Amino acid sequence: MKRPEFSFTPWLLLLPAMVLLIGFTHYPAVATIWHSFFATPKGGNPAPFVGLENYALMIDDPVFWQALTNNLWFALGTIPLSIALAILMALWVNDRLAGRGFLRLAYFTPTVLPMIAVANIWLFFYTPQYGLLEQITQALGFPSHNWLGNPDTVLGAMIVVAIWKEAGFFMIFYLAALQQISPTLAEAAGLEGASRWQYFWRVQFALLMPTTLFVLINALINSFRLVDHIFVMTKGGPNNASSLLLYYIYEVGFSFWDSAYAAALTVVLLIVLGLVAIVKFRILDRRTHYQ
Amino acid sequence: MRRFVLKSMVTLAVAAALGSAPALAADPVEISLYYPVAVGGPVTKTIDTMVSDFEKENPDIKIKAVYAGTYQESIVKALTAYKSGTPPTLAVLLSTDLFTLIDEDAIVPIDSVATAPADKEWIGGFYKAFMENSQTQGKTWGIPFQRSTIVMFWNKSLFKEAGLDPEQGPKTWEETVAAAKKLTKTDANGNVSQWGIKIPSTGFAYWIFQGMTTPNDTILMNGDGTQTYFNKPGAVEALQNWVDLSAKHKVMPGGVIEWGTTPKDFLEQKAAMVWTTTGNLTNLRANASFPFGVAMLPAIKHPGSPTGGGNFYLFNKTSPEQQKAALKFVRWSTEPQRAAQWSIATGYVATRPDAWETPEMKKYLQDVPAAGVARDQLQYSVAELSTHDNQRVTKALNDNIQAALSGTKTPQAALDDAQKDADRILRRFR
Repeated sequence: MKRPEFSFTPWLLLLPAMVLLIGFTHYPAVATIWHSFFATPKGGNPAPFVGLENYALMIDDPVFWQALTNNLWFALGTIPLSIALAILMALWVNDRLAGRGFLRLAYFTPTVLPMIAVANIWLFFYTPQYGLLEQITQALGFPSHNWLGNPDTVLGAMIVVAIWKEAGFFMIFYLAALQQISPTLAEAAGLEGASRWQYFWRVQFALLMPTTLFVLINALINSFRLVDHIFVMTKGGPNNASSLLLYYIYEVGFSFWDSAYAAALTVVLLIVLGLVAIVKFRILDRRTHYQ
Repeated sequence: MRRFVLKSMVTLAVAAALGSAPALAADPVEISLYYPVAVGGPVTKTIDTMVSDFEKENPDIKIKAVYAGTYQESIVKALTAYKSGTPPTLAVLLSTDLFTLIDEDAIVPIDSVATAPADKEWIGGFYKAFMENSQTQGKTWGIPFQRSTIVMFWNKSLFKEAGLDPEQGPKTWEETVAAAKKLTKTDANGNVSQWGIKIPSTGFAYWIFQGMTTPNDTILMNGDGTQTYFNKPGAVEALQNWVDLSAKHKVMPGGVIEWGTTPKDFLEQKAAMVWTTTGNLTNLRANASFPFGVAMLPAIKHPGSPTGGGNFYLFNKTSPEQQKAALKFVRWSTEPQRAAQWSIATGYVATRPDAWETPEMKKYLQDVPAAGVARDQLQYSVAELSTHDNQRVTKALNDNIQAALSGTKTPQAALDDAQKDADRILRRFR
């Protein structure tokens, strides 16, 4: 019997990718889970093991629950709307029309701009009295509204910013996918007398399914990842009405310096994102028709 | 044997030569300084000029000044650097970060380095109101640098329009409410086009709140940073006053008011009176198209306000030479004349009485009498809210103040909740 010969070359070829993956993905994830079982070390003392105390604390922490609920609403608000908008915009700029390049550029611009910069602009859109939004509503005779200062409207205002930021990005994927669809299908549908809606719903949308799946996953991840504008516009306020999970993790980690509790919160975020990945690979992938 | 002796002698000679060389050439001591920028204006340039002037006078010290972002970003950077073993020698951080820094063992007491009698005298020369949250446990941990307090700015032309005395700002809470009622204007659609007053409530709500509790004879915490008194009757009354401005008197917009846009609201003449930090004085002076006045915060039982802003801190895990060099810079930059220049350039309050006696400052006061208001208010000032686990405690208070202002809780319930949270957080420090 000859043992299979050990060869360095494949490992060497894998090395760069492995170093990056382990160093920046696997090690931090495992270390986070590990740290979440300890208390935060103070003043050079070693961290004492506390088991599940951080998680028990989390169950009693109303701010955590509010951030999580806010995050679910944030996801529910941003995902369907930004996808629908992206499809709409893609269908429009896919047609032959004058100034198409300019229109595509306009839709894509929000994606290119840094979030911190645009959040500062949006801050003044929402400002009461002389903000852009106020000037429009006042010209139409509607009452004045403090959009960011009211717990009932602040999350909605944040959702609008996120949709504005994301929809153009998703549009690019839809546009690319639409251009892959053979024009013969449109001709065939035309011969069969299909309406514009039937053609969209039965042919285009069905063929766009793989793209929709990809975009859906991205949108889901973004809804847990996109918090830059919260820093600039609301700092999670008023009274945590716009606090999202990742923002709360930052607050606990770098304002309160409670790294252990922040680790426990991060584990929750990891679990949520892990679930998203499982749903994608196990369920949705099987039901999608790839060409 | 002889060769061995010879060899060791040569080694010794070389070692001696190498060892003594730096002492002769006097290698400059390198120190680093982290500082934030929290107000408008060219603060970075001012700091750079200060550093290069200092280096010219002290060629044996090199300072690497690092702009570290906002106050919050600065403490994140400084503490992260400290935890990774490369702390800055010196950092300007919030005076309220005191207990956080002590709990992390990140700073050394200033008086452990400043031991000479002249140093002691220098430490004693700052305003008492500023030293209140620079000292605890019988030691001095911070040296006041970019310190501020809250004042009320009022728009003189709008006062005149409303038939009020443009040269006289309101002095008491009742006068403020009465003036604000006259200054609030409603258009044909029933929309308010000009508010009487805007008191911001994002970010620093607890600090602004102290501007209402202090005049009401209520202190919110003890000096050891282990107790808070959020739901004392005086505090509840103060929060009720604040809520009433929009809920009852309708002179302030409802909900939470953004800290960052408040100076802009004032400049756009959408608010006739605003509360903000003295640090905004230079910015407002440069950009206002109308004459404005600066007043102390309205008195309730007496005038009063919290101090705020940043202190110099000396970091742990730095060499004694570096700490000495850093102290030298701190002393240099708080000398009367320099404190005066810094105050004029930024709008921060000069931190020592002798700085106000310099000819430069006297001339500035003649041109801008408003700058003296902050100084006069100092005698009524108390320390900014600061406890152990500071940011968590202040967040508990901030959140509940915002809940009261947006009408989801009554002031009493909100402050009871805040106190309960603070008790839970502070239990382990008692």
